[in-house]
Amino acid sequence: MPPRVTTRAATGGTSHTADSPGVPDAPGGSGPAAAPPTGPAPRVGRRGEGVWGWLFVSPLVIVLGLFLVLPILMALWVSLLHWDGQSNPFSGETKFVGLDNYRALLTQSGLDRTLFATSLRNNAYYVLLTVPLQTVLALGLALIVNQRMLRGRSALRTAFFFPSVTSSIAVSTIFLFLFQGSGAVNTLLSWLGVKGPNWFNDPRGVLSLLLGGLGIVDPDKPSGALAHHSFMGLSWFEWLSGPSLAMCTIIVLSVWTTSGTFMLIFLAALQNIPRELEESAAIEGVGRFQMFRHVTLPAIRPVLFLVVTLGLIATWQVFDQVYVMSQGAPANTTLTPAYLSYSTAFDDANYGQGAAIAFILLALILTMTALQRLAMRERGTRLGRKR
Amino acid sequence: MTVKSARSQGLPVLGRFPLTLRILGYALAVAVGLLYLMPFMIQLVTGFKTDPDAAAHPLGLIPTTPTTAAYQRLFGLSKAGGGVPFLRWLGNSTFIAVVVTAGRVLFDSMAGYALARLRFPGRTVLFGFILAVMAVPGVALLIPRFLVLNALGLFDTYTGMILPLMVDAAGIFIMKQFFESIPREVEEAARVDGAGVFRTFWSIVLPMARPALLTLTILSFQGSWNEFTHFLVATQSSQYETLTTGLARMVSGGLGGGTQYPLKLAAALLSTLPVAALFFCFQRYFVQDANAGAVKE
Repeated sequence: MPPRVTTRAATGGTSHTADSPGVPDAPGGSGPAAAPPTGPAPRVGRRGEGVWGWLFVSPLVIVLGLFLVLPILMALWVSLLHWDGQSNPFSGETKFVGLDNYRALLTQSGLDRTLFATSLRNNAYYVLLTVPLQTVLALGLALIVNQRMLRGRSALRTAFFFPSVTSSIAVSTIFLFLFQGSGAVNTLLSWLGVKGPNWFNDPRGVLSLLLGGLGIVDPDKPSGALAHHSFMGLSWFEWLSGPSLAMCTIIVLSVWTTSGTFMLIFLAALQNIPRELEESAAIEGVGRFQMFRHVTLPAIRPVLFLVVTLGLIATWQVFDQVYVMSQGAPANTTLTPAYLSYSTAFDDANYGQGAAIAFILLALILTMTALQRLAMRERGTRLGRKR
Repeated sequence: MTVKSARSQGLPVLGRFPLTLRILGYALAVAVGLLYLMPFMIQLVTGFKTDPDAAAHPLGLIPTTPTTAAYQRLFGLSKAGGGVPFLRWLGNSTFIAVVVTAGRVLFDSMAGYALARLRFPGRTVLFGFILAVMAVPGVALLIPRFLVLNALGLFDTYTGMILPLMVDAAGIFIMKQFFESIPREVEEAARVDGAGVFRTFWSIVLPMARPALLTLTILSFQGSWNEFTHFLVATQSSQYETLTTGLARMVSGGLGGGTQYPLKLAAALLSTLPVAALFFCFQRYFVQDANAGAVKE
């Protein structure tokens, strides 16, 4: 790397002095811009590299500025308004309400807060189940496909990965059919003597069903501390009742579609494990399980971290599947913040509130991304120092 | 068998599993494979069933009364039960995917080249900006995008559907990485011969980037073909419906008269086919992308 920087500085310096005195040199702090052109200077300098550079990135700057930065600023403003989509929100005719939209979601008791809390609860359960399941499944699939002696492993890899490249809408359609009341899944269950539930119309939480089945809590009439304490407008019982059966189908769908992508990431990591490491362990006479536990797993730990955090970031954004499969129903148990933000704005014409939900979600996701990047950078520098 | 010879033959480090375990393992692998294939098999078969047949035998892999009624309705060959503007959706999806792909390939490679090779003021800041942009989740942009399209008068137009998708940060990343891997001497030589910046890029560097361009083309096509949320908030008239928004409306209740699963599944199958064909021809490029995810973070 360093030699390249010097070459670049040399060329840039030449062209700067020779051809384009008006163009300021070097992006802020990117390299030794002041370094004199030591090497043999190229006979022909580059005319106006700075101008060309900006010309080349201008589509990028225009599109991202116009359709990413500007919209975010506009939405930030709209989230402070009470806007029903009728007037021009930037003319000053619309009612400015300050932080009221955020207050209604977070602190003020009322329907808005209850709905938002419900969506957070639903999504939290979705994350809690989807991330571990897809990570473990993806690792399992990678281990299968990584068996060097397995015949047809590339066909298997194709099969596992295929759902990941298809449209989420098309795949959701299939799952809607599979999980109907008298659909394929319930037919399969009936062969096993189990009467399957009516998946998409069943708002009962699986945890409450489980506890009810054990006779610990009566799901129909919760009592005691669970019913009498509440947080953000939802009783403890509602917080703890677990994902509804409808939400479970969306979880199954997500795990099924995303595991293929993560399998490939794991597979690359598995194939990057130095063979010497495994060989020396084999000479020591370790078994398969010990090999996995003490050699494989530690070697792919950074990738495991990556997959888990990528999963955490992605699962807070679930939208398409909810839109196609349930639209938040039954009894709001598949409502997620992303979908709530959309329906508040476009179905209820309450754009200010919808934008406020979007910003809370954005803050949540950006925080997780920042933590992930920070942790990975730290790991990187630590490894660098070790070497 | 010594470890050395195992290595030279590319065999596993540990010996083979005992026979019984091997049989169990194969059974497990086949079972898991079926779990991933069966939904698509069922989808394919159900498309050729009648509505009552699909409802009565959701698992049946052979239609009791095979029919192509669903496909005839999709292609407007039969008017029974009202037509579905499937060809319109297909046309819109194709048009948008082609334009977006062309735009992304050009603009992403230009930006990638500038960020990898050209020295211009503000480059580091711009690169940091792109890294930040990659962290912004799409779902948080639903309302913001609607607001800006509305304000610019682009709501419910092809321009509004296409323009915001013309550049993508991940594509720029792929191209930047590729251009950084090309030996610098090639460009120096071109420059000595008197080629300007644009000529060097267009006739020297870009032709060398064919593998990366192919990856970018495939991923851009897949991304814009499967795009849903942006079209959902950028349009409202049915004339702009694509395969994703049209299918989503049809499935989530925009279709009167029964569940009509054969029709919906046939439409879903057809909308998957182009990407599926790309996937089976160019699988390694998709694989590359999944692993680029690991590198770029």
